[in-house]
Amino acid sequence: MKKLINNVDDVIADALKGIELSDDNVRVDHEHRVIYRAEKTRQGKVAVISGGGSGHEPLHGGFVGVGMLDAACAGQMFTSPTPDQMLAATSEADGGAGVLHIVKNYTGDVMNFEMAGEMAADSGVRVETVVVADDVAVQDSLYTAGRRGVGLTVLLEKIVGAAAEEGRDMDGVLEIAHRVNAGGRSMGMALTSCTVPAAGKPTFDLPDDEMEIGVGIHGEPGRHREPLSSARDIAKQLVDPILHDLDFTGAPCIVMLNGMGGTPLIELYLMYGEVVRLLDDAGITIARNLVGNYITSLDMAGCSVTILKADDEILALWDAPVKTAGLRWGV
Amino acid sequence: MGRVNTNQSASVATLVEWLHQFGSLVEQNKGYLTDLDSAIGDADHGSNMARGMTAVLNQVADPGAADALFKKVGMTLVSSVGGASGPLYGTFFMRFATGLGDGTEVTPEALVSSLRAGLDGVISRGKAELGDKTMVDAMTPAVVAIEGSVASGESLADATRAGAEAARRGRESTIAMVARKGRASYLGERSKGHQDPGATSTTYLFEALAASLDGV
Repeated sequence: MKKLINNVDDVIADALKGIELSDDNVRVDHEHRVIYRAEKTRQGKVAVISGGGSGHEPLHGGFVGVGMLDAACAGQMFTSPTPDQMLAATSEADGGAGVLHIVKNYTGDVMNFEMAGEMAADSGVRVETVVVADDVAVQDSLYTAGRRGVGLTVLLEKIVGAAAEEGRDMDGVLEIAHRVNAGGRSMGMALTSCTVPAAGKPTFDLPDDEMEIGVGIHGEPGRHREPLSSARDIAKQLVDPILHDLDFTGAPCIVMLNGMGGTPLIELYLMYGEVVRLLDDAGITIARNLVGNYITSLDMAGCSVTILKADDEILALWDAPVKTAGLRWGV
Repeated sequence: MGRVNTNQSASVATLVEWLHQFGSLVEQNKGYLTDLDSAIGDADHGSNMARGMTAVLNQVADPGAADALFKKVGMTLVSSVGGASGPLYGTFFMRFATGLGDGTEVTPEALVSSLRAGLDGVISRGKAELGDKTMVDAMTPAVVAIEGSVASGESLADATRAGAEAARRGRESTIAMVARKGRASYLGERSKGHQDPGATSTTYLFEALAASLDGV
């Protein structure tokens, strides 16, 4: 394992120091490992907070700032944060109008946020939760953990953050959150595994001539493995299941081509070109796009595609000013 | 073996010894648990549980009353483990605590009902059922075995030994299962053939309980 670290046990604490030093717009509670906006939530604004395992940067800490999140809890590597972190973030970020928790649908994240929500309710803060579940690689079923929350989380945090910034009340913010959640789908693939520092070796072995289709964002293996093929074929393998799952025609769409952390931008742009070709053929209108590393899996090579069926209101919220380390425009 | 001793209680000191034994088993098998988790999860079960049990064992030097001790154990695991294991093991011990009473001796009946409360807590928190390839597949048979043994008048030592044996069988049964809960469920059929890491650490929990009560 070759990593820019001092000690495997200090990776997250050391990174949080760097995050704080790199951005005047945020402050860090190192004890609870929570990243906040530098300024307190203004009274009457719904606070939007998220959190999850570390290793997905810029998600979530890189999306704290005006127009997006109010706070983000950093868990251990690929491990959900704990309820006491979320409770601290909820209490500190509350501006009197309630706190929305954005949770990726992973068993641990859901349980920890659920416990935090129970504790916060005891202290009188209104907490609402939206669980993002957009990964079409996973069969949706009442009898399983359901679909994973992956790429759509980035788009949802931006759009919902803008709705809260505009001053909408909790019901209004929740309505947008549910609409975005219902209209977005993702699918990912990996060219390599990733290496969790504490494990010291790749999470799974993937030969040079093979790839994993349908991966999540934690180095867990995907749905199936097959021989490596061309970008054109891979794009089809990612886009087809998404289009099969939801009809995206007749609406302006937001498309994200996301890198897993270990793939050069030139390959991500190449893949984006292939995705656009397929969407054009399918008669889908791309109104906005995002290409880059936004929800990563440490040093995994690979990419994911997210498509969100938007409308004029969602597009306006997407275009609203945002000032974070990970996304910045209009300011 | 087969001693009939329904009056024998477990002291808080014995229950603290249980936590020490569990912590040792987790620490010794940290790499193994993480390897199991690498195959069907995200390669952190060993390190997460070891971090949690280290935090727990730092707080048991002056145990006090049984219920308060195990409530603290549960809270500590919730706040130090993270992932799914933190809320699940944390809920187990917090619910286990509620049946123990505020004394320093725990009767076999109270221990059994507390273990059942802990199991019920795990099931309601994680919403897993038997056969989903989770810790429930080791914990349920272990608790059922201990309940049955105590009900038929066996000593706590014998009952918990039967519990550990049942946990081991439950753990082995997870190998053939297709995961329906937790991160392994995303693998579908590919999760078959792998032993569940949560059922493995749960087996240590019951082996540790039997070891701490052995000869008491």
